[in-house]
Amino acid sequence: MSTLLEVSGVSVTFDGFRAINNLSFSIAEGELRAVIGPNGAGKTTFMDIVTGKTRPDSGRVLFGEKSVDLLRLSEARIARAGVGRKFQRPTVFEDQTVAENLMLALRAHRAPWRVLFWRPKPADHARIAELAAEVGLSDQLPRKAGELSHGQKQWLEIGMLLAQEPRLLLVDEPAAGMTGPEREHTTDLLVSLARSRAVVVVEHDMEFVRRLACKVTVLHEGSVLAEGSLDHVTANPAVIDVYLGRG
Amino acid sequence: MNLFRKHPSLPVFLGLLAAFVLAVTLMSEAAGAGLVSTSFVKTLGKTLCLCLIALAMDLVWGYTGILSLGHFAFFGLGGYMIGMWLMYARTETIVEASLASGALPPTPQEVQDAIATQIFGVVGASDLPAIWSLAGSLPAQLALVVLVPAALAAVFGWLAFRARVTGVYLSILTQAMTLALALWLFQNDSGLRGNNGLSGLQNIPGLEQHGQDLVSLWFFWASALALGLGYLGAQWLVSGKFGSVIRAIRDDEARVRFLGYPVEGFKLFVFVLTAVVAGLAGALYYPQAGIVNPAELAPIASIYLAVWVAIGGRGRLYGAVIGAAFVSLVSTWFTGGNAPDIPLGGYTLHWVDWWQVLLGLSFVAVTLYAPRGIGGLFDLLAGLRAPNRRGAPLGPDQGALQEKEADA
Ligand SMILES: Nc1ncnc2c1ncn2[C@@H]1O[C@H](COP(=O)(O)OP(=O)(O)OP(=O)(O)O)[C@@H](O)[C@H]1O
Ligand SMILES: [Mg+2]
Repeated sequence: MSTLLEVSGVSVTFDGFRAINNLSFSIAEGELRAVIGPNGAGKTTFMDIVTGKTRPDSGRVLFGEKSVDLLRLSEARIARAGVGRKFQRPTVFEDQTVAENLMLALRAHRAPWRVLFWRPKPADHARIAELAAEVGLSDQLPRKAGELSHGQKQWLEIGMLLAQEPRLLLVDEPAAGMTGPEREHTTDLLVSLARSRAVVVVEHDMEFVRRLACKVTVLHEGSVLAEGSLDHVTANPAVIDVYLGRG
Repeated sequence: MNLFRKHPSLPVFLGLLAAFVLAVTLMSEAAGAGLVSTSFVKTLGKTLCLCLIALAMDLVWGYTGILSLGHFAFFGLGGYMIGMWLMYARTETIVEASLASGALPPTPQEVQDAIATQIFGVVGASDLPAIWSLAGSLPAQLALVVLVPAALAAVFGWLAFRARVTGVYLSILTQAMTLALALWLFQNDSGLRGNNGLSGLQNIPGLEQHGQDLVSLWFFWASALALGLGYLGAQWLVSGKFGSVIRAIRDDEARVRFLGYPVEGFKLFVFVLTAVVAGLAGALYYPQAGIVNPAELAPIASIYLAVWVAIGGRGRLYGAVIGAAFVSLVSTWFTGGNAPDIPLGGYTLHWVDWWQVLLGLSFVAVTLYAPRGIGGLFDLLAGLRAPNRRGAPLGPDQGALQEKEADA
């Protein structure tokens, strides 16, 4: 498999505190990867860097077969290059309907002038309906997103990411604050998502990670501590020491 | 036509506007009825222009979340641009008439010098400043009505949005822009007659043979047409995906970036577009007012604009129009000395002085108790409720719609 994302030697310092320390790792095309690590390990910061929200002090982040340097692009350009992101807390546009939220995310031209004259075609409406069905929100389309439950908002956000059709999807703690059945639905969604694109999932919950059944990267103090199958990394003494041993 | 079906408020608004225009026309002095005085026709025409700029303010603030406190600068600039032609062309006819009595026909240079002396005598100058070089041409000045506000908004917006200035800081910057422009205009050597401003604008060159009763009615019609078209255009703009994107920017711009939209580009687009609308509104307003001077661009004017939109109800087009019409007409009534003074024992409360205080208090009251403004009354009638979000706004940004402003 070819490499889709390559992070090499990235470091970030916040007021003298090194949140990411010479971080290097890569994600293959179409891979599903879980990233775990204790609080403050730098998981969210890593996503901030890849999506352009935070500029690192050093290092490189290369994306795609043309090895585009993401650090030179704006957030919007990175998103258009094919990197989608799901935030830790659900972030949907609460004053707009579920359909409008999906329509916003739908893959189409993004420039103001093009958006101004864009009108949905029957195919777009069909795609919205299909996406809503996929994330289980078919009967919620005309409702305002702000009225949805916490779990439904998470799914809507996943639906928006699907609509965006990214090549790489970064998902931050998708199961946080979810009930049992909601978690299962979310795992299924993520696994099915990963069939057609690369997905990186940050999660604290071990059971959740186990169900994803994929390669795991353990972050600690801003760099990679261990990498491999879940059983492999959980057997690693260093990992037990910094992470599992405390729980 | 889909637009009309999707937004029932649109045909209602346009219908009411048309009925209003018809009624005023029939009651005007020009129609012989004389129930509405010519000066009141002017007031109504000016009010329609204020409704148009309020519409622009609603687009930029209510829909995009940019609390611009500088849109009256664009309004004033539009007035200045058309005022330059009005003054120049009118002075030209006067000058030509007086020079015609001489033995030799005047050279173009003599005519121009005489015009310059006429216009700039008040500020002790007699040369035509370079910025007046196109003033003799109506098409050129009309183009400037659009281009000057657009250029100022584009440069200002590009610098501010690119630097990601948002919220209160952006509002302060827009105030600073307005203030700087007003102070520049106040100078005699800015070439726009300092604090005298441009005057005599109600006399339209070429229309001298028609009385003010007729001319004011024409401007009233033009203002109504501009407002109707502006409303239609604004409704179209906010109804499609573009509207969805700008509302999303208002509530959570970071999230919009991660969807791949160039947020700065959208803000700049809306900022420049609304500046142009403001400029056009100003170009229609000042010929009815008769005079434009730097005081019109004072920062307070732009703050009033925000107050109108807030009182009418932010984020809904008819709210902005209602707010502007209501507040400016009531204000004309109070400041015109029509409100009866209230004797309070030793002190008599003159509304001319106290009206501002009343306006300030109503603004605070609306913000606190009726955030959806006057427009919210229609929601009450339609039985719409506010979403229950336990006090949380609908997005993390400063401009985000607050719980009580939104409908469920
Ligand atoms: N903008 C910032 N300014 C200062 N410090 C920051 C900033 N962002 C993150 N940090 C610090 O960097 C460290 C890494 O934070 P990060 O949010 O990446 O951790 P995380 O692995 O996502 O943790 P969690 O599991 O709690 O979500 C933390 O100590 C945090 O306090
Ligand atoms: Mg985190």
